[in-house]
Amino acid sequence: MDISTQTTDASPPTPPPTEAERKRAARGATRPGDRIFLGLTRGSGILLLVIMAAMAVFLTYRASLAISKDHGNFLTTFEWNTNLNPPVFGIAVLAFGTVVSSIVAMVLAVPIAVAIALFLTHYAPRKLSGPIAYVIDLLAAVPSIVYGLWGALILVPHMQGLYGWLNDYFGWTGILSWEGGAPRAMLTVGILLAIMILPIITNVSREVFRQVPQMHEEAALALGATRWEVVRMAVLPFGRSGVISASMLGLGRALGETMAVATVLSPSYDIQASLLDPGGGTFAQNIASKFGEATEQGRDALIASGLVLFVITLVVNGAARAIIARRKEYSGANA
Amino acid sequence: MSTAAVSHKRRSTLRGATLPKWSPWAIAGGALAVAIGIGMGAGLDSKVQWGLIAAVLFLLFTYGIAAKVEGRRQAKDRIATSLVWVAFLLAVIPLVSLVWVTVSRGVKVLDGYFLTHSMGVVADSEPGGGVYAAIIGSLEQVGLATLIGAPIGILTAIYLVEYGRGNLARAVTFFVDVMTGIPSIVAGLFILSLMLIFDMQPFGFAGSLALAILMMPVVVRSTEEMLKLVPNELREASLALGVPKWRTILKVVLPTSIGGITTGVMLAIARIAGETAPVLLLVFGNPFINNNPFEGAQASLPLYIYQQYSQSAGANAAYDRAWAASLTLIAFVMILNLAARGIARWKAPKSGR
Amino acid sequence: MAKRIDVSGLTAYYGSHKAIEDISMTVEPRSVTAFIGPSGCGKSTFLRTLNRMHEVTPGGRVEGKVLLDDEDLYGAGIDPVSVRREVGMVFQRPNPFPTMSIFDNVAAGLRLNGKFKKSELNDVVEKSLKGANLWNEVKDRLNKPGSGLSGGQQQRLCIARAIAVEPKVLLMDEPCSALDPISTLAIEDLIGELKERFTIVIVTHNMQQAARVSDRTAFFNLSAVGQPGRLIEIDDTERIFSNPSVQATEDYISGRFG
Repeated sequence: MDISTQTTDASPPTPPPTEAERKRAARGATRPGDRIFLGLTRGSGILLLVIMAAMAVFLTYRASLAISKDHGNFLTTFEWNTNLNPPVFGIAVLAFGTVVSSIVAMVLAVPIAVAIALFLTHYAPRKLSGPIAYVIDLLAAVPSIVYGLWGALILVPHMQGLYGWLNDYFGWTGILSWEGGAPRAMLTVGILLAIMILPIITNVSREVFRQVPQMHEEAALALGATRWEVVRMAVLPFGRSGVISASMLGLGRALGETMAVATVLSPSYDIQASLLDPGGGTFAQNIASKFGEATEQGRDALIASGLVLFVITLVVNGAARAIIARRKEYSGANA
Repeated sequence: MSTAAVSHKRRSTLRGATLPKWSPWAIAGGALAVAIGIGMGAGLDSKVQWGLIAAVLFLLFTYGIAAKVEGRRQAKDRIATSLVWVAFLLAVIPLVSLVWVTVSRGVKVLDGYFLTHSMGVVADSEPGGGVYAAIIGSLEQVGLATLIGAPIGILTAIYLVEYGRGNLARAVTFFVDVMTGIPSIVAGLFILSLMLIFDMQPFGFAGSLALAILMMPVVVRSTEEMLKLVPNELREASLALGVPKWRTILKVVLPTSIGGITTGVMLAIARIAGETAPVLLLVFGNPFINNNPFEGAQASLPLYIYQQYSQSAGANAAYDRAWAASLTLIAFVMILNLAARGIARWKAPKSGR
Repeated sequence: MAKRIDVSGLTAYYGSHKAIEDISMTVEPRSVTAFIGPSGCGKSTFLRTLNRMHEVTPGGRVEGKVLLDDEDLYGAGIDPVSVRREVGMVFQRPNPFPTMSIFDNVAAGLRLNGKFKKSELNDVVEKSLKGANLWNEVKDRLNKPGSGLSGGQQQRLCIARAIAVEPKVLLMDEPCSALDPISTLAIEDLIGELKERFTIVIVTHNMQQAARVSDRTAFFNLSAVGQPGRLIEIDDTERIFSNPSVQATEDYISGRFG
């Protein structure tokens, strides 16, 4: 926006402005009003950076207090006894549970979300796709605690049959065997998370698929491609990076989801080989469940585990942004 | 000399054998019938199994018949179409169930009494009580969060769009992206770490701070989008009249995009209103009415749902209250959403980009 | 194996809007037919009815007959996918698939139709690129993305992609309007060569181009904005440009309107 430079230059008789004046003019900060306003807006931006920095610093500080007192190994101990003296706790179970539940959620949600996005952009009758997209938009706004309540009171009892069936036919794999406990296990958590992130992934993918240039689809059609072949030749390759970043956003949500996991899972501090046997935990769920009984020392330990979650989500989101940025360059080259 | 007889003898390259329009329905019916047969024969009692068998058979039949009649490529096309429809229907079931269950169970105890009374000394297993304290708490916490988060978010967006160049703007853009992905519980832990340092007890405003952190990046993003939609010609026209830049932004740019900005803020409010995790850590919950967000534990609507569910030990009265509170919360969030979208449509700038 | 096109009484709609009305004409095999006329006269719409691309547009529908060697494209039981395989199309803006290499772009249509041996595929790609006068320019970078080529090269790549599947008819919708004069010349030369093998129909805004490349020319016009376009006349190109039988054609060609 070099508009203000132009206004300065538009008066030829005055001597050419100095370098400093030019710079200030370019920012539009020549009058008190302008200076104050610029200060306010830039101050807000800087405040955001300060908050992020403070978040990293204070979380690390409290976490270091906790870890220095830890008599277990913070990374490998299968225990969370923070009210003992000395405390013994480790994040191994939580890291495992967080990763597993998120993987289950992604495996279920991504294909279905992509299919729904394709359904909305390329298969559904036009009259139907608008309202459906609108409803999916609204579903993305349903609070997670409501999903959690639904999951605990409706989904869990309905999982009984599926668990039995999976155990009958796939029990031999070890990861889908079931000892008959309440189906409050990682698979149920994964399914609930999948349902929760489905609207987000669908919405972003739909946007990407809608942006596929008409001319690429027509090129495929004119070669004698069926609808599915058009999707494979023109739509999916174009939308691939968009779908990946949509999935990463979904993954970010799944990793940090608290209430839905806390209401559905029955936690323990060991690792279950089978997805169907209850137990395990996630970072966020553990924080929510252990917080009530935690002393200050326990809270610091929870903060330490939260710091790990913070770092993981930063990495995932950073990766998603990097992919989106690459995609921008790439589509610019083709514009 | 091309008579009809001749052209009929020559094998047409255009005329693919096509299944009739009703064939998917017929195949679906057949698959269902066979699946029921198998289910009854093998004594499978779960309807889910019947449904899964039917879905698999439907796909197999479709592929087989289409491959036989229309060729492999058409068969693949049909399979893809069926899969896409099946995926859609599969996803609709839980989402419809969620809405249906919340509404049907929520209306049981949701009435004027429920909205205007608090839990007080009502025991978890007893009927009665309500969400008044929770609503007050939520409104105050979310309101304060909006008072902090919305202005900072909007000002930051103005900085990025109207002034932003150089390293600072790039850094802010990047960290706004990063902030968008922060789990709500981590934001809660951040404020908690401050409270531990200053040795403070839970109070409403602490929750507001965490919610404001969650709100800021959302507001920045949506406001940025809206400001970018304001055509540059408008800014230039105003600047060319000698209007200072800050007045141009306040009097020309913001009024043009105010509808979109409002929409973004409302959607952000809807999002944070449903956040439970930070409130759980910072506000703690309170069965009694506490109107002061700056001192003492407060209640909150999403937290109320969680507590009614988790501390009730299976008492039906508590579950009923949890559902009713869920319905209240969903209604609040949906009304905000619908209103926001309404404003967006009503105030949409007529000329884009 | 070029084929003849016989159109009779063709009317096309966008929703309730009638875009072209009652068009009848014959296009001879192994010839170039140019469609000219002012903007909005429906010549592109008409072109797209010749391989059933018109119905891809929401609300697009067609009445009338298009015979491809005596077989009606709009007859019962006709598969539009097979129609488009027989009647290829080149678009106004070059549209190579952005994620595919040059080789894969040309091979895209072939791969749809089942398995090919790598050597067969190589042969067809080479032949098609040579047919599109592009081989020498790209033979060393077949694995580079097609989007890295210049506009004119991209358009020839699209032509190579279209002829690789050996269509009977090739439709071109203003193929040079997005190109510079030198690239345009290359494409025009190419059209002259391609008509030995294909029936070619080309829509163009450029009357010199129509005069240079086509054997026959059809002039389309519309009586007023919002009215459907009609075929005014079709005749040998030489005759259209020297001595057309309809006054409107002469007015248009001599630049009195449009």
